[in-house]
Amino acid sequence: MNAEFFRAWIAEIAAVAAAQRDHLTQLDSAIGDADHGINLARGFGAVQTALAGADTPTPGSVLLLTGSTLISKVGGASGPLYGTAFRRAAKALGDEPVVELPALAEALEAALNGVKKLGAASEGDKTMVDALAPAVAAFGKAVSEGADAPTALAALTDAADAGAHDTIEMQARKGRASYLGPRSVGHEDPGAASAALILHALRDVAARQAE
Amino acid sequence: MKKLINSPDTVVTDALAGMAAAHPSLAVDLENRVITRAAGRAAGKVGLVSGGGSGHEPLHGGFVGYGMLDAACAGEVFTSPVPDQMLVATQAVDGGAGVLHIVKNYTGDILNFQLAAELADDEDIEVASVVVNDDVAVQDSLYTAGRRGVGATVFVEKIAGALAERGASLAEVAAVAAEVNERSRSFGVALTSCTVPAAGKPTFDLAEQEIELGIGIHGEPGRTRAPLQPAGAIVEIVLDAINADVPVAGDLLVMVNGMGGTPLIELYGAFNEVSRYVTGHGARIARNLVGNYITSLEMQGFSVTVCHLTDTLTELWDSPVDTPGLRWGR
Repeated sequence: MNAEFFRAWIAEIAAVAAAQRDHLTQLDSAIGDADHGINLARGFGAVQTALAGADTPTPGSVLLLTGSTLISKVGGASGPLYGTAFRRAAKALGDEPVVELPALAEALEAALNGVKKLGAASEGDKTMVDALAPAVAAFGKAVSEGADAPTALAALTDAADAGAHDTIEMQARKGRASYLGPRSVGHEDPGAASAALILHALRDVAARQAE
Repeated sequence: MKKLINSPDTVVTDALAGMAAAHPSLAVDLENRVITRAAGRAAGKVGLVSGGGSGHEPLHGGFVGYGMLDAACAGEVFTSPVPDQMLVATQAVDGGAGVLHIVKNYTGDILNFQLAAELADDEDIEVASVVVNDDVAVQDSLYTAGRRGVGATVFVEKIAGALAERGASLAEVAAVAAEVNERSRSFGVALTSCTVPAAGKPTFDLAEQEIELGIGIHGEPGRTRAPLQPAGAIVEIVLDAINADVPVAGDLLVMVNGMGGTPLIELYGAFNEVSRYVTGHGARIARNLVGNYITSLEMQGFSVTVCHLTDTLTELWDSPVDTPGLRWGR
């Protein structure tokens, strides 16, 4: 996986964010303030513009510019959180021109830890962590057991989907949904949903390139 | 939902350009979405910077001016501004005495101001932050993001702004800001939801005879729903919640704030009920505000904020202020 692959991933996220803009915003209307899809679509649109005008020769440089742009352009909580996730992943990848599965697993782990630390969130709080944490764990496990990319990425997205789905029954303890108390139960967390979409985009791009 | 806008994409910048056109006392950086005083930075004075999502007008931009804020950063509607904006604002108002960031307690605002303070530190600008969290509708516990910052933000900006104008130090200004926050409590009620321009439809649905109790300022649902009832009964629910947290007593600064779509005739009616309640509890409304100060787009509803005054705070409240949203004594 080279810089081009990671640019394709980000482009896919931008396309998915635009396509799912209203769905994510709808989820956010139920327990938040109805802007998550709008902000993600706007943010990754800005990232696309930034990447088009910059020289990003390595996977790390692609993700670093992605993260910095999200922090600079999105606002809200999702801007700093996703921005930090991409920046942490970028730093973990360093200057390597090509990334193999174990390095990607470490980068995703670093991204997760960055989100948990900045947001002071743990699993079970009904946040994006509830999709990211099981996904990163499943991916790491599959990679350490020698799985090939399609298998490991399927484990990643399956766990993310299950984690996002599990947020429906949770009561929010972080973010704006926490103000609702018990009324936050029964709704999927929009951040967990968007995290799963971002990981699906990774899998879809890998599958397309393998064809 | 009908909106008097050109397009959802330009609603924030169109409003900022309008503020600039309407108020020569303000300087508006449209690219960074930062409003400052046209007079520029005041050497030796602590700079006050606030900001947040748009849609709460006149907060924050309408409170930039003598005796209140030095700069305000405008985010997208209901979305925190970004650290770059906050850094631009902080640099613009740093007169060498440091800068106070006034932050409403929402996860996005906290994270972005935190990153901005780190950027300012890299530039060797001394920054202190005060987090406003006065909404008693939210339990402050490990199980929530903590109480929201709502109406008390207006009081904090006014009173800290007055002290800064007198040449107080950053520590002193930050301390009085924290004191005002600690002495203030709020509770809000919605009669209708509101529509974020880019979303195009109401954030939540309320039936004709339903009200939402314990709302914030972003059209987010509150904690419970109740049937619509007379203003006196609604005000009693609101003040009972505030009174249960800190009993009303002594001299109070009270704001009856409209959420954007409530006519003044109803706000004054509500203030009458508030006045009756406070008097009945042996306290006194020494100062008040009635009107739209921290809004939630076109939401119908209101909030009440109560601040327990001291002689010093009263005197700072009475100090001259000259902003588009608040003006007296000068």
